[in-house]
Amino acid sequence: MVGPERSSLPAPAPLLSIRNLCKRFGDRMVLKDVSFEIGAGEAVVLIGPSGSGKTTVLRCLNQLETPTSGTITLAGDVIGGSLAPDGTRWKPFGEADIAGQRRRFGFVFQRFNLFPHLSALQNVALGPRLTLGLPKATAEARAAAHLERVRLADHRDKRPGQLSGGQQQRVAIARALAMEPELILFDEPTSALDPELVHEVLDVMRALARDGMTMIVVTHEMSFARQVAHRVVFMADGAIVEQGAPDALFTAPQHETTRRFLAHVRNR
Amino acid sequence: MSIDWAVVAMAIPLLAQGALTSLRIAALAGLLGLAGGVALGLIALGGFTPARLAVRAYVDFIRGTPLLIQIFIVFFGLPMLGWRPGEYLSGVIALSLNSAGYIAEIVRGAVGSIERGQTEAAQSIGLTRGKILLHVLLPQAIRPMTPALTNDLITLVKNTSLLSVISVYELTRSGQAIIASHFAPLEIFALLALYYYLIISVLAYISRLIERKLPAW
Repeated sequence: MVGPERSSLPAPAPLLSIRNLCKRFGDRMVLKDVSFEIGAGEAVVLIGPSGSGKTTVLRCLNQLETPTSGTITLAGDVIGGSLAPDGTRWKPFGEADIAGQRRRFGFVFQRFNLFPHLSALQNVALGPRLTLGLPKATAEARAAAHLERVRLADHRDKRPGQLSGGQQQRVAIARALAMEPELILFDEPTSALDPELVHEVLDVMRALARDGMTMIVVTHEMSFARQVAHRVVFMADGAIVEQGAPDALFTAPQHETTRRFLAHVRNR
Repeated sequence: MSIDWAVVAMAIPLLAQGALTSLRIAALAGLLGLAGGVALGLIALGGFTPARLAVRAYVDFIRGTPLLIQIFIVFFGLPMLGWRPGEYLSGVIALSLNSAGYIAEIVRGAVGSIERGQTEAAQSIGLTRGKILLHVLLPQAIRPMTPALTNDLITLVKNTSLLSVISVYELTRSGQAIIASHFAPLEIFALLALYYYLIISVLAYISRLIERKLPAW
C-alpha cells in the first residue's frame, strides 16, 4: 500500500460550516439534517451508495439547488440569503449576490461541462474575463498558468471535442482554479472517464490537496480517499452515518451500513 | 391556345427589376427580423417575467393571424400613429415584425435545448443569466438554428409577394401590371413562379454551404 501523503491537519477555525442541511424533492427527503465543518486546507472525501445525497450536498453548497432548510456559512458569510434585521424573516439573495457567492466555490462536474465552442484557454479565461472583469490579455495569461498547472499547456488552443476525457476534466479543473476559489467541490470527477484516464485526473487533484487547496470530493475512488483525504465522510440515505480519518474509517468502521458499503466497493 | 412569346421576352427584364425589389425587401426585412427575433428570443429566455409574457403574447399574435392581415394593420395603422412611411417601408416593417416573431421561437427553442450542464458550469464560475445566454448558450445555438432560419428566410422571400396588395412594386406586383396591360396571365404567372423558384434555389444552396462551414462541436 502507498503511504499516506497527508500533511498535518489545518487550524481549527472552519472555512465552511453546514448546519442541519435538508433538501426535499417533491415528497422525497434527499438530505436529512446534514451537518459538518471543513477547515481551510482540508481535503474531505464524501463516500456512500448512489442516491445517498452526496452530490446534492455539493449542489446545495454551490446553490445549484436551493436547500429546503439549514444554514451554510463560508468564511462567516451565510450562503444564499440573509435574515431580515428583525431576525425572523429569511431574505434570499438576488442573482448578482448569488453569482458572487458561487464563484467562491469551484465546481468540477462529473461530465466536465466544458464549453464546446471555446478553446481550452478560452474555457478557463471566460470566468476571470467576464466575472472578475480582467482584461482579455490578463485573463488569458492567468488561464495559461492554470492550464500549465494541470499540465495541458500544449493543448490550450484545442476545443474540448479534440481532447480526451481526462484532458477535458483537467481543463475543467483549471477553469475552476482560475476563479481562485476558496474551496473546490468535485462531483464524481472520474466517474465518466475511461479507466486508463482516471489516474491523470486524480494526480492533479492529489497535487492540489498537497498544495493546501480546500476540497470536498464525492468519489468512488477509495484508494484516492485513503491517500489524500484528511477526513472521510460516509453518507447513506440522505444522512451522515459516520466520519473520521480515512485509516480509522476504512479499517474500523463503526456502523453496519458503512461496513457493508465498504465490503461492496472493495470487491470491485 | 398558344404562348405569347413576345410578351414573355418583354416581361423578363421588367420582372427582373421587380425581383431586385423583392430581394432588397427580403434582405432588409430578414436582417431586421433576425435582429428583432434574437432580441425577443433572448428576452423570452430571460429572467424578467413581464417581458417574457409580453414576448409570448407577441409571438402568439404573429403566429395566430394571417400575414396578409398583419400587412394591412401596419399599412393602415402607422399613419394613424402619425407616421406615413409609405408602402415600401410599411411592407418592410410588416415583414420584419412577422419574421421576428417566428425567429424568436427558433432562438428560444434552440437555446432552450442546450444541455443544462452548460448553464450550471457557467453559473459555477459566477456568470449571471445575461452573460450565460450571450457567451455560452447563444453561440452554441447558432448551428442548430441554421436550418430553421433558412426556412424562415425562404418563407420571407415568398411572403414579399403579399406586399403587392399595398402596391409595393415588387416581383408579383410588376407581373400583375404586365398582365393588366397585355393580358397574358398564364405566361406571366409562370414566369413569376420561375423567378421565385430560382431565387429560392440559390438561397437554399447558399444556406447549405453555410451550414457545412459552421463548426460542429
